[in-house]
Amino acid sequence: MKMQDIPQDDKILNGRRIACYVLEEDGKYIVGKSTGWDPVNVANIQAWEYIYERIDQVSMDINLGKKSVLAFYMEKNQMDVALLSKYVKLPKWRVRRHLKPSVFKKLKPDLLERYASIFMTSVDELLQTSKVYTSLEMLKKEKKIKE
Amino acid sequence: MKISFNHNYAAHCESGVTANLFSHNGRSLSESMAFGIGGGLFFGYFPFIRVNYLPLITYRKYPGGIIKKCASRLGIRLERKKFHSPQKAMDELDRALLNGHPVGLQTGVYWLPYFPPAMRFHFNAHNLVVYGKEGDTYLISDPVIEYPVKCDYRDLVKARFAQGALAPRGHMYYIQEQVTEADIPLAAVLGMREIARTMLLPSAGLFGVGGIRKLAHQISRWPERLGNKKAIQYLGHVIRMQEEIGTGGGGFRYIFSAFLQETAGLLGVKKLNNLSNEITLIGDRWREFALFASRICKGRDNNKNVFSNASLILIECADREERIFREIKKDASSWIKNHNERAVIHQ
Repeated sequence: MKMQDIPQDDKILNGRRIACYVLEEDGKYIVGKSTGWDPVNVANIQAWEYIYERIDQVSMDINLGKKSVLAFYMEKNQMDVALLSKYVKLPKWRVRRHLKPSVFKKLKPDLLERYASIFMTSVDELLQTSKVYTSLEMLKKEKKIKE
Repeated sequence: MKISFNHNYAAHCESGVTANLFSHNGRSLSESMAFGIGGGLFFGYFPFIRVNYLPLITYRKYPGGIIKKCASRLGIRLERKKFHSPQKAMDELDRALLNGHPVGLQTGVYWLPYFPPAMRFHFNAHNLVVYGKEGDTYLISDPVIEYPVKCDYRDLVKARFAQGALAPRGHMYYIQEQVTEADIPLAAVLGMREIARTMLLPSAGLFGVGGIRKLAHQISRWPERLGNKKAIQYLGHVIRMQEEIGTGGGGFRYIFSAFLQETAGLLGVKKLNNLSNEITLIGDRWREFALFASRICKGRDNNKNVFSNASLILIECADREERIFREIKKDASSWIKNHNERAVIHQ
């Protein structure tokens, strides 16, 4: 790749630039700067779409009373049960139980505190079910990706 | 407190950190040389390890391996520590900073607030250098970010103790002594030989050129085995691992090529220049693969054979790379011998 061929497709980096190695006219390598490349953007946006899709699915389940808000925060932070259980230092089966609304309701404050600090929010916010939608809207508004 | 530290912008985090730390300690080194000397190029495809529900694909060697090998090949002692307690990990970091050492850290990308939001996935093998602290804020030279950045104590603890695959467990490293004499050309050939050897190892299709072929073979079968949607998701994942932040293009092929080019100059071996040119061309092919694959992801190519066509490019890359690695493996010892003889004459 030559200096003038460096792709400058800024879609996801918001003006930031990443280094890429290119050839100068005399065939020597130098480090050039790129604001992004479309194939990568496509793959990246697609990866986020899958994450949003999962969040939507989980929000629906929460509305139907099938899952607790914890599931929403888990998906929002791109975690699965295995990863979350490592963060909260509990066995997987317990985290899985906490995803049930009936069990989640009875959680002790100190455990809620642990979950809240992992997700970088407060216990109050964690408990307010209505926040599910606002957080989701926020996430979409943040629009990690340019249209 | 702030240590004067040169923030050099790099394509890849670990080789960038290595180059910057060594340069700080008196041994100026380019990123591509750090990458090559550390034997950074690798290919691994481990479908049984999952990251965010996706198979682990890597284009570089295990985290920490580049700086470790680079240090040992240049005869530099590296202080490395891992911790159980976050508190101790942060105290130790502060102590090293107070002693005037810029400190390299392994971190999880997800918790770093300054990272582009679109790049914040759970990836735990990201490296950066802390070069100062102001109040509760750490001054950070992250080689893949254009300018030095800052990060709060709270976020940095989280990043250092990120969980999941390749969990860093507070891993930190720094160089205590000043680096003086080091035989760079020799180290470079050793690094290159390591890369050639691992890439050629028989691995039952898990890593090396065999791994590339295995991945190619699997890609052609993804649509029927996983269904179209998942196949596309997996393919997007391959593109991201290959091209997203940190590879310098073509899944590290361009950095590797730059390394061969620089070594060719140091050793005066013309053949390395030719190999470098060939690797550049192969890197171009990897880029074409990414382009082709992204078209599949967009759904532009709905032909039944697109996945097999994409996999054909990878097989071609594997074949061409195998020839290069065989050449390097064959000639490395003679390059070392010639270099040593010349060194004796100079003395």
